[in-house]
Amino acid sequence: MFGTGRYSGWRVVKEALTGHKGWGPAWRDPEPQASYDYIIIGGGGHGLATAYYLAKEFRQARIAVLEKGYLGGGNVGRNTTIIRSNYLLDGNEPFYEFSLKLWEGLEQDFNFNAMVSQRGIINLIHTDAQRDAFTRRGNAMILNGADAELLDREQVRAMYPFLNFNNARFPIKGALMQRRGGTVRHDAVAWGYARGADSRGVDLIQNCEVTGIRTEQGRVTGVDTTRGFIGAKKVGVAVAGNSSRVMAHVGMRLPMESHVLQAFVSEGLKPLIDGVMTYGAGHFYVSQSDKGGLVFGGDIDGYNTYAQRGNMPVVEDVAEGGMSLIPMIGRARLLRSWGGIMDMSMDGSPIIDKTDIEGLYFNGGWCYGGFKATPASGWCFAHLLATDRPHETATAYRFDRFRKGLMIDEKGQGAQPNLH
Amino acid sequence: MIINHPILGPRDSQEFVYLGDAALIDRPDGLAEGALDTFHDYLYLRDNPAGLHRELWYHEQGDRSWLVVTRNTLTHEITQVELARDVARARGRSK
Repeated sequence: MFGTGRYSGWRVVKEALTGHKGWGPAWRDPEPQASYDYIIIGGGGHGLATAYYLAKEFRQARIAVLEKGYLGGGNVGRNTTIIRSNYLLDGNEPFYEFSLKLWEGLEQDFNFNAMVSQRGIINLIHTDAQRDAFTRRGNAMILNGADAELLDREQVRAMYPFLNFNNARFPIKGALMQRRGGTVRHDAVAWGYARGADSRGVDLIQNCEVTGIRTEQGRVTGVDTTRGFIGAKKVGVAVAGNSSRVMAHVGMRLPMESHVLQAFVSEGLKPLIDGVMTYGAGHFYVSQSDKGGLVFGGDIDGYNTYAQRGNMPVVEDVAEGGMSLIPMIGRARLLRSWGGIMDMSMDGSPIIDKTDIEGLYFNGGWCYGGFKATPASGWCFAHLLATDRPHETATAYRFDRFRKGLMIDEKGQGAQPNLH
Repeated sequence: MIINHPILGPRDSQEFVYLGDAALIDRPDGLAEGALDTFHDYLYLRDNPAGLHRELWYHEQGDRSWLVVTRNTLTHEITQVELARDVARARGRSK
């Protein structure tokens, strides 16, 4: 089935007994052809997933993914690995629930261990108003086929007795829980999709930066790259934080700004947090990796940037949020911090849509929520590329929603990207 | 980041609130022909450049002045800081 053979427990045993001579590279490193039917710009999670589903579900061929660096070297390798579908609005929730369902079958589907772990996510409640809001959100989730549960204070205490239950300013009054939420090994998602796409004939072309998009009479004809011109009937752009730069090749201005989001990991600790939690009073979310490090993050830095690093004020702010929720993590040392560039859209929601140029399609504006969306984003983008119609769960993710007043603004912040 | 305030001297960027592209100074005329389109572009579309970016910062924890800061979005280096008041006047915004 796969070029490098199907992975399985039997295969491990067989290879162990035969000196591990049968393992080959998980994907080829092909030279670009002169032209393709489909070119996906961006070899991250969303781009690779798009190519994978285009080949597998929509039976398309002659597909290439162009990546300026190495596969999975951007945000898919820089996030805090959380998956969930706990959204409120109609434009979002069916899409994210579709994504969570794809996560649930992903490893069997692409035959790769992505360590999908449905360890449960809780959003903590600190005020009565917040309980009302989370109850409403939980009901919206259930209406859309997701799971949601409201926990009281004692249930939260039973799960995480070390939280700061004595905080007089931000008392913990309960939580909204989604048991099907959890974490995934993020790099493995890129690798699994890459291997699955490659084995179905998709050319994954690395170190190939797109330097221009050629059009003729309002129709896309191909892309100029650092490895020469490559012709294409359809071009899909899935480049996250670099969306504005790539779309500037065709003179398009996007409803988004690029911002940096920092993430952090502590030194390895003994098992402590078996799920994912978010703090409802500050912006702080944490889980524990299988290696023992606490993986956590908070707000974006808040100013336009393409530098994949942040500044100290947000480091301090995130640490304060963590200390306020879990006082004992003050004893843990910070091991690493890093930053990724987010394409923050004007309403905090993404875009999967055609453009005014025939054959040019866009997928972006994921803000800092793109990782959990990876499977559905790939599926829906592949659907749009193959059929020219939006997938039923992605009909709201249009460019013209700002002109028409149909924004999908979960936080109600308005056209201020650094507040979403 | 340190922002060299034209009046107060070097100040920590923590004292400021970030708004966005300094092009927001050029608010279109709401009564002009095609104002719907120009306001859509003004409100929702951004250049979002990689490189030099002129942007609005508000000195909330200081003298409450608005500044136009020219900053490189690839390096975070700040090369110019002006009072937004002066920039706006130079562009004929003050009547």
